[in-house]
Amino acid sequence: MSPDDMSLREQSAAMQARVDFLLVADMVESGARVLDVGCGDGELLALLAQSKQVDARGIELSREGVAGCVAKGLAVIQGDADTDLADYPNDCFDYVILSQTLQATRNPRKVLEQMLRIGRRAIVSFPNFGHWRIRSGLFFRGRMPRTENLPYSWYDTPNIHFCTIADFVELVGDLPATMEKAVALNASGSQLGFNAPWWLWNLVGEQAVFLLRRG
Amino acid sequence: MARKPTPAASRIADQANEPQSAVVRFGEDRPLRLESGVLFAPLQVAYQTYGALNATKSNAILICHALTGDQHVANVHPVTGKPGWWEDMIGPGRLMDTDRYFVICANVLGACMGTSGPASLDPATGRPFGLDFPVVTIGDMVKAQEMLVTHLGIDQLLCVIGGSMGGMQVLDWASRFPDRVFSAMPIATAAKHSAQNIAFHEVGRQSVMADPDWRGGRYLLEGARPEKGLAVARMAAHITYLSERALQRKFGRNLQDRAAPTFSFDADFQVESYLRYQGATFVERFDANSYLYLTRAMDYFDLAADHGGVLADAFRGARTRFCLISFTSDWLFPTADSRQIVHALNAAGASVSFVEIESDKGHDAFLLDEPSLLATMKGFLEAAARAKGIA
Repeated sequence: MSPDDMSLREQSAAMQARVDFLLVADMVESGARVLDVGCGDGELLALLAQSKQVDARGIELSREGVAGCVAKGLAVIQGDADTDLADYPNDCFDYVILSQTLQATRNPRKVLEQMLRIGRRAIVSFPNFGHWRIRSGLFFRGRMPRTENLPYSWYDTPNIHFCTIADFVELVGDLPATMEKAVALNASGSQLGFNAPWWLWNLVGEQAVFLLRRG
Repeated sequence: MARKPTPAASRIADQANEPQSAVVRFGEDRPLRLESGVLFAPLQVAYQTYGALNATKSNAILICHALTGDQHVANVHPVTGKPGWWEDMIGPGRLMDTDRYFVICANVLGACMGTSGPASLDPATGRPFGLDFPVVTIGDMVKAQEMLVTHLGIDQLLCVIGGSMGGMQVLDWASRFPDRVFSAMPIATAAKHSAQNIAFHEVGRQSVMADPDWRGGRYLLEGARPEKGLAVARMAAHITYLSERALQRKFGRNLQDRAAPTFSFDADFQVESYLRYQGATFVERFDANSYLYLTRAMDYFDLAADHGGVLADAFRGARTRFCLISFTSDWLFPTADSRQIVHALNAAGASVSFVEIESDKGHDAFLLDEPSLLATMKGFLEAAARAKGIA
């Protein structure tokens, strides 16, 4: 474990924020205009508003989530990533974030395209379906995987479009987008080495965070 | 031949001219320029306040009432004796905590509870205006409220809140006086009145005007009252405030105090009896001409049209924080209407939150004790108060 990982995890414990949220926050410039798509109860937005003084906006499907955000003083709209991003004008955000939501969208590619239309940069984090534990569950048990992070049964999961890190990298190659940064976290929340090859990330990365730039 | 005014008529005349409310009068030296071009003066504005204005005058909340509401938002109504229409929301420790906030609600221009309207006496003649009262708009109502707010020494309102026609005023406030509105909560409303809604209003107006006792709008002078016409207008409108499911749940096909249909045109069904009651109680407290003027004002409302057809331009550069709320079963001001405003605010780069609340109670849900409505409003208001530095 590198000293950088230590500081990230210590920071995480101190701020009681999720490691992936801190990673995302690290990719955002101070004072930026940020839209968090699928912002839940606004934890990440509140973190960004507090630590990066961003102009924080959100979209969230659940009414309870929106109400929680509104009570935090965040500007959040009840809406759907698949349908409502189309209503935003071009270039109205510096960053559009999709945190642990990609796999729950009906049309992930279209959502990514919309994100890169309304924002100059997109930050996407998702659970890696190529992780060895998931692979081995499918391989040895022959059952759809259920893990701590992905606890749903196949028939009642909101996650309808899982992908692996390798799948995502391939999709980004098809988009008019440049990958500016990529980070994978292992099961204990530590970052994998930057020099590790994609196949290793795809095997031991439990989740990944990508920073994309339009063009 | 002039007849003796009915008790309801005299009550309404009393409230229109000498209301049981605080009153401010603006003289000939401060005319209100109406959208129609008329310079209106003198102007009377009747209002209620709750709580106290703080030293920095930063804790004021303005409530804008709906079509048939009035300024008696959290006190016993002087005519009906009933509690205020948002009584549960206002008071010590409540959503609009009167220990912290100063809550204002003014009777709108054109109404009949003390702010200048068609039932008010025309100072030029000493007789009720009737149809000589100029046609007013939502913007005119807001300009009259702005005169009151300035009179109270308030520079910026912490929040402007209102549902339905009140929500239209909130939008107009935020667009017309952006620096004076720190936060805004337009509830169950729209940036323009739809063709369907104009159609319903026209039915109501025609009903009033078809009553022979309307007397071409001169009923107050002639000691008559178009009670039947106004009651029918209210009955028709009331249906639009509810939802099919709410009516079904409340009344179904239940009969009213009888075991079988009477084979007559009595109110056999409970729903008929309920509507007749709504009509009868409404005419006790409302002026028929005011109903014409206020429905007209709503019909004319089209905020985008005032800005070259681009709704976003109504809010360009706004620093106001918005929170819009709609209800799933509201078919008069459906969620799509609120979303249209949200899109415009987004396009204008404004800070906007939006919640659609699950309710089967139709448009009237904004007047009812919906826990998720109260929770959302409370959360937004408290966050706004924190951001404005109000303890």
